[in-house]
Formats: sequence, C-alpha cells, structure tokens
Amino acid sequence: MSKEKSEYLINRNDNQYEVVIGLEVHAQVLSQSKLFSTSATKFGAEPNTQVSLVDAAFPGMLPVINEFCVKQAIKTGIGLKAKINKRSVFDRKNYFYADLPQGYQISQFKDPIVGEGKVILDMPDGQKEVGIERLHLEQDAGKSIHDLDPKNTFVDLNRSGVALMEIVSKPDLRSPEEVNAYIKKLRSIMRYLGTCDGNMQEGSLRADVNVSVRKKGTKDFGTRCEIKNVNSIKFMQMAIEYEANRQVDLIEDGQSVDQETRLFDTKKNETRSMRSKEDAHDYRYFPDPDLLPLEVSDEFINQLQSEIPELPDEKKKRFIDQFKLTPYEANIMVSDIETSNYFEDVVKKSDVKLATNWIIGELFAALNEKNLEITDSPISAGNLSKLINLIKDGTISGKIAKTVFEQMMEGDKDPKKIVEEKGLKQESDPKALEALIDKVIDNNRDKATEYKSGKVKLFGFFVGQVMKVSGGKANPQLVNEILKKKL
Amino acid sequence: MSDITKQTLSELVNNIKEKKLSSSEVTQAFVDRSEKSKELNTYITEDFSNALDKAKKFDDNPKLDLKLPGIPMAVKDLFCTANVRTTAGSKILNNFVPTYESTVTQNIWNEGAILIGKLNCDEFAMGSSNETSFFGNVQNPIDKNLVPGGSSGGSSSAVAAQLTPITIGTDTGGSIRQPASFTGTVGLKPTYGSCSRYGIVAFASSLDQAGPMAQNVQDCALLQEVISSYDQKDSTSIDFKRNQYSKELTKDIKGKKIGIPKEYRVDGMPKEIDDLWQKGIEYAKDCGAEIIDISLPHTNYALPTYYIVAPAEASSNLARYDGVKYGFRADGENLIDMYEKTRSEGFGAEVQRRIMIGTYVLSSGYYDAYYLKAQKVRKLIKNDFDEAYKKVDAILTPSTPSSAFKIGEKTNDPVSMYLNDIFTVPVNLAGLPGISIPAGHDSKGYPLGLQIIGKAFDEQNILNIAYAMEEKINFKNKITDWWIK
Repeated sequence: MSKEKSEYLINRNDNQYEVVIGLEVHAQVLSQSKLFSTSATKFGAEPNTQVSLVDAAFPGMLPVINEFCVKQAIKTGIGLKAKINKRSVFDRKNYFYADLPQGYQISQFKDPIVGEGKVILDMPDGQKEVGIERLHLEQDAGKSIHDLDPKNTFVDLNRSGVALMEIVSKPDLRSPEEVNAYIKKLRSIMRYLGTCDGNMQEGSLRADVNVSVRKKGTKDFGTRCEIKNVNSIKFMQMAIEYEANRQVDLIEDGQSVDQETRLFDTKKNETRSMRSKEDAHDYRYFPDPDLLPLEVSDEFINQLQSEIPELPDEKKKRFIDQFKLTPYEANIMVSDIETSNYFEDVVKKSDVKLATNWIIGELFAALNEKNLEITDSPISAGNLSKLINLIKDGTISGKIAKTVFEQMMEGDKDPKKIVEEKGLKQESDPKALEALIDKVIDNNRDKATEYKSGKVKLFGFFVGQVMKVSGGKANPQLVNEILKKKL
Repeated sequence: MSDITKQTLSELVNNIKEKKLSSSEVTQAFVDRSEKSKELNTYITEDFSNALDKAKKFDDNPKLDLKLPGIPMAVKDLFCTANVRTTAGSKILNNFVPTYESTVTQNIWNEGAILIGKLNCDEFAMGSSNETSFFGNVQNPIDKNLVPGGSSGGSSSAVAAQLTPITIGTDTGGSIRQPASFTGTVGLKPTYGSCSRYGIVAFASSLDQAGPMAQNVQDCALLQEVISSYDQKDSTSIDFKRNQYSKELTKDIKGKKIGIPKEYRVDGMPKEIDDLWQKGIEYAKDCGAEIIDISLPHTNYALPTYYIVAPAEASSNLARYDGVKYGFRADGENLIDMYEKTRSEGFGAEVQRRIMIGTYVLSSGYYDAYYLKAQKVRKLIKNDFDEAYKKVDAILTPSTPSSAFKIGEKTNDPVSMYLNDIFTVPVNLAGLPGISIPAGHDSKGYPLGLQIIGKAFDEQNILNIAYAMEEKINFKNKITDWWIK
C-alpha cells in the first residue's frame, strides 16, 4: 500500500482533491555568447558591459543565430528523449517594456526546435514518467532595477538576448515532491549534457508553474493558474501548496477558479493575482522576417547524438549492473555528474562496497557540514580510494579510518602519510597482541574468572580494554580470535 | 571642364582615372550645385565640408583602381552612416548618430566614394511622395510643387537635379522604382537577399531591399555591382554568384522572351500609360526581343496583401523606438505615459496609421483572417511569377499608373496614394528584381517609366534589356533648373 501512502491529496469536508501541475522551465543555455549576437554571457559582470548593438536594438541591427545554442538545444532534446524538429521557426513575441529593447522577444511559438519527450522520476514508491510537451529557444530580456533610485528605474541589458531553453512539461506532475524530483532530474540531465549549469541562484533555471485541482477520480482538468517566474525548488513547492489550497477553498466555497497569472510572494508565502485572462497580453506572434526558418539535417542531429554522454538513467542502470549498487545507492551516485565521476574515480582503485558507504556516509556528511559541493571536496577521489584500501588490507581499522578521514578533510593529504606520521597503523602481529591480551587478563583476573563461569557478556569488556590499551590500533578481528582462545 | 555635374558616373570615373579631374573638383562641383539647390529640400543632413576634406585626402593619395574613385555621393537617410546623423526622415530619430555603418554604404566607401550628405525620404520609408518626412516635402526638379515620388524622393530628386552623380535608395513596395519613374531616372530594386539589410533602418524586413538610382542604366549597373554582396550579418542575405554587372552589360537581347501580363491593364489606367506600354513593347521588339502575352492572375490581390504584410512587420520593427535607449523622448508620468507621448509626438500620421494597421492585423482573432491569409496570397503571387518565368525571361510593365502629381494632391487620400505602387508591389512580394527606366513624357511633359521585372538573381538580364531599350527610347530629361535663382 506504499502507493496509497505517497499520494498527495488535499482533504476538505469529505472531498479529496488531486493537484495537477505542469511546469514551464526556463533554462539558460550554457554558451559563451548570446542567441543572436556575439556579446558575452558571463554572470555578474558590471551592468551594461555585455551589450552589443543588436542586444540594444539599434536601428538596422539584425539577429544572426548562434549555431552553438542550436546544438545545445538539440542535445537537450536528445537528453529528454524527444523528437528533434528538423525545421523550426523563430517568431516575434511583441510587448513593450523598458528592459526589452526590441519591443519584442524572439522566441519559437508554432514550430519549436524540440517536440515531445519524457523524463523519468525516481520516486520512493517507484518510477514515474513525466511527459515533455516541447522545448524551444528564445531570448532573455534585460533586467529592470527599481530600487536604486526613488524616481527612476535602471536597466541592465547584460542579460538581454541571452539564450534560454523553455522546456514545457505536460500536466503530469501531482505533488510538490514530484516537482522537486522533476526539477532535479531536468537539472541533472542538462548538467550531464553541459547544456545548462542549472544554477538557480544565478537565475540559470527558473520556472512558471501551472497549478489546477480536481476532485480525486475525475478526468477533466480544473481551471489552472500560472505562477510566474519562481526561482527555487523550495519556493515552487511552497507556491504549489498555497495555490492548490487556495483553489480548493474557492471550490469548496462554491466559487470558481479564474484562469489568471499569479505571482508568488516569498515573504508572505502566498500567491496573488498579477493579471486576469482578460488582461492577458496579446503578443501578436508572427514569424520573425529577419530570420529564415531554422533547418537542420539528419547528419547534424546524428553528429550531436554521437556526442551525447551517458545520461543519469543509463548510468544508474550500469552502476546497478556493474557495481551491484542498490537502486537507492545508484540514484544518489548518478544524481549529478560530478558525484558520479567522483564515485567512478574512487572505485577504479578500491572496493566498491566500502567506497559507496564512505561516499554516501562520511563524505557527504562532511561536505554538508562545510557546505561544499563534491567538486570542492578537500579529499580527492584518489586519496579516498587509498584510505579505503588501507581499511580493506587491514592496515587500519574502520574506526581509525574515521580519524584519518577527519584529518584528510583539513587538506588533501595522502592517508598513508597520515597513518605513518601519527603511528596509526593497525597492530596485526599476533605475538604483540597476545602480549597485550595477557596483560589485560592479568590485570582483570576477577572478571576473567566470572567470564569462565558463564558470564559471556564480559567478552566485550575485554575487547574494549585491549583496544584501549593499544590506543585503538589493535586489529579487532585478531583481538577477538586471540581473546577467545586465551579466555 | 565646366559641366561636371552633367556628366554621367562613368564619365566622371574615367575623368578621375585619367586625372582630367580631381576628386576635389568633382566633389566641389556637386557641393556647389547642392548649395544652390536648397529649395528642392533634398538633403536632411549635409556633410559637405567633411566630403571636401575626404576628397582632398583622396587626391593626395589617389586609389585609381577602385570602382568609384573619389566620387561624391549622397545617400538616402535610411542607411546608417557612422558618425553622421541618420534620421529615417523621422522626428523620433532626429538626434540619432550611429556609431556604425550599413553594409551597403560601407561597400560604396570601400570602392572610393565619398559621402556628401543624407537625402530626404518619407518617414521610415512609408510613403509614395516624400510628403511624410518630418523634414518636409522634396521638390521634383521636373516642375515646381511636383512630388519626386517616394519613399526615396530625396534620392530621385537629387539624381535628377544632378546634386549627386548616383545614389542609393531602398524599395519596400516601389520606393526606388516609383520615384525614378517620377523624375526621369533609372532605379533598380534588386532580388531580395542581393544587398545586405544590415544597418538599414527597417520598415518591412521581408520586403526591404536597397538598390541603385542613376541617370542611366550603365551607372545603375556599376553601382549595383558595388553594393550587392553576401553578408553574414544579415541572415536573409543570399550567397549567390554575383555578376560584374557593368562589365557584362550588353545590348544584345536578341531572342529574349519578354512577357506582357494582361492583369496590369488595370481599370481607369490613363491612356498615356497604356500608350507608353505599347511603345515599350515596340522598343523591345526593335531590340530583337520576342513579346509573349502572359497572365499573373493574382495581381489584383497584391496591393491589399502588401498593406497587410508591410504594416504588420513595420508595427513590430518600429517598437524599438520607445524613447528608452536613443532618439527622441518625451517626458511622461510613468513608463507607459512616456511611451505614449514619445511615440505620439515622435511618429508622423502615416507611420502611426501603419503601426495601427499592422497591430490590428496581427492581433489575436484577426491574425488568421489577415496576416496568415496575406502570407498565403503572397505565395500565390510568387507562384504566378514562377509559372510565367517558365515561358519568358523577363516581364515588361509600366512603372506607375500615372506621372508625378502635385504636392498635397493626395495627402488626404491614403488609398489613392497607395495605388501608386500597384505595379511595383507584386515584385517585392515575390522577392524579384525590377528596374524602372524613363521611357517617355506625358502631355504635361512629366516623365513616365517602364518597369522590367526579372527572375530571381537575374539582375544582369533586366539590366541588359533596360540597356538595349534605353538606346532605342533615347529619353531626354527636361530639367530647367527652375529652382536656381
């Protein structure tokens, strides 16, 4: 019944409501230059230093498509197992705003570059397939800054013209948890492909969230509201929860949900109306006459196909087959490309089982504590595998290994050196251990007698004493064996 | 050499190459005549002293192997010119000085020509009489208070009045050919994609095309040779093999098949125009061409189609003139108020009319009925030409349904103004090359033009036909210098 348990439903007055969610994710294409100009796209540059005449829409300036961005979009489409459209069309989406220099955004409306695809989510109760409706290329707008001056608005055009991929999901998501999993999976796929860095803090990944509710068991969709431009997974989840409950309250109150665009107020944790359907912009889409339809050949697509790396789903399968990881472990290891690379580097030269446990356990905990990404790990994959080998060959115990690990976290030191320098090598010489054990038994004659008379629980006491006397260095397995004999 | 400004481009080039004339002498002559011709109002921005400096520099170090060595030239003010104000005939760009150069003008300067000024035109090239310019009417040198045509009215007037030996215009629906016809000059609208649109203030992107305007076909061919180039900065530029149009020019058009489309015999067309067309047919026959009757069945729909497609694109292209980044800005209470005031005060009535038409036809609920349908009709019009060109090499029509009219005569009747482009508009919709050559005079002594329409990329062929017919027609423009006191 685990399936029943994880279903996300809203209960009101004996009614159960299901939440239906679709996402329009805006992912910034990882590229050196903009979609239709040669300006740089670096994040955090001084305002208006990455703006060409094209980006600022000077008279007579014309867009020229950046082939690299097209390749990135197609690669992403392949990663989403989607249909690549050999012919796509750029349209103009017309509206006035101070940070939209052309007075229109170049986007793809009727004929996107990528058609239907899918993303597989690993949920606690099994896999879930989320349909992708389409992916299209479009320009980002500039940025209006309203809080620098009481009267004036400042405009930064650095972002104007930067390439975005809008990835539209089908309304297949049913809970905030699924949204979390979906965004993470999408991000992971694009990071594997190198087509988007997925950096939500820098705005490289943001989403419009479409939410509607319906009584459980009904087939028809309810009226949806679109929550614009949410830029973190946490806020998406909060917004969905608030919005779904708001809609349920309306329905339970005998009112209807109006189709509208809403904003999520992160301070008040609520959504509020931005504009109704009646006030919706008429964008007057039409094909951009400055650009010919974008046509790509089979060879072009095949070439890109051949450049696609192993993606999370395939990698997970391989990790399970090749390394005998559990699905849970495999999911963690493939969740992002850096983790999987690190894992594979470690297991190249050391035991898989130990490596898995050490990465998921000690390493992740230590990184978390220091708020570090795996790419910033103070312990290199090479040194972690050396540590694991020291455990495996009995040079040190697991307990000592934790001490060594802590020191490695302070700076990427070779664990062998730490063991040597600090004299942490495990005592595995039976003769030396026998001497130690004799001493311990000698010092605890009374307890030894008790043990012999049947108080077997005292065995642990003796092990503890031996370990203590050895400074933790005694090989626990050998200690066990010898103690048994001696006692 | 007294009558420098009366010389053709080819004569001037030869005289400079043979060092019979210096660039300074030539430039000075055109500057002097321009100074005496202010009443024509052809210039929006004069650049005379810079031009004379450049001419002197040219003479100090003459590069005589160039195609336009030290030749002074004024250009339509729709071409962006680095460090020289570029207005598009509009108040909204009254103070706009580009930092960049259009590809077409750059090609011209690369061949040694010298900018002497920016020529008047209808605001954003929207007009057929040069009366929509923020900078005032342009006089046709043919007669006082006669329009020079439009939108390249400053260009046609300046060439006819010999204020510049040659010039360039832009043609979206007839804006080169109609003013050429009104002023007794030659104007070529090249195949769409032949001349780069980079740096040209856009009116309707899918129709706009720059082209040469000159006193004769030879000069026109030479200038076309200079301005046409494949340009990666314009995604609609086409990489095809371009001829050496002036060198390959020939009067031998024997056996060329020339089509006469019956649909161009429109209702109410003045007899003078019909007669001119008949004469043209005879000239073509005299040159050895074969005349074939053809049909372009969707001709009737061309003008309405054009007046959906062009305003639609314009409404979007002109959105960038919002007072935020450059150009004219009116103060406003807030952003929307500033937009409204800037655009209400910055754009003239005709431009506003077309922005509104364009906005309307693209609006949700109307898009399918207007814009989409117009695109379908546009395809049918192109198909008409494709069919015709299975039988003929070129098509001969009148350039305009009438000769030049008086200033103010049609300003209150936009539809009658739009009808001026009835013969030229289909050519833009089909993306084809078309040339207008002077072919006669009406009863008032005003010039009339004939249009030769070619296959795509077949500029050489229509230039050849024009060249051959030009000799037979032996047209003499009647310029009296009435404006020079």
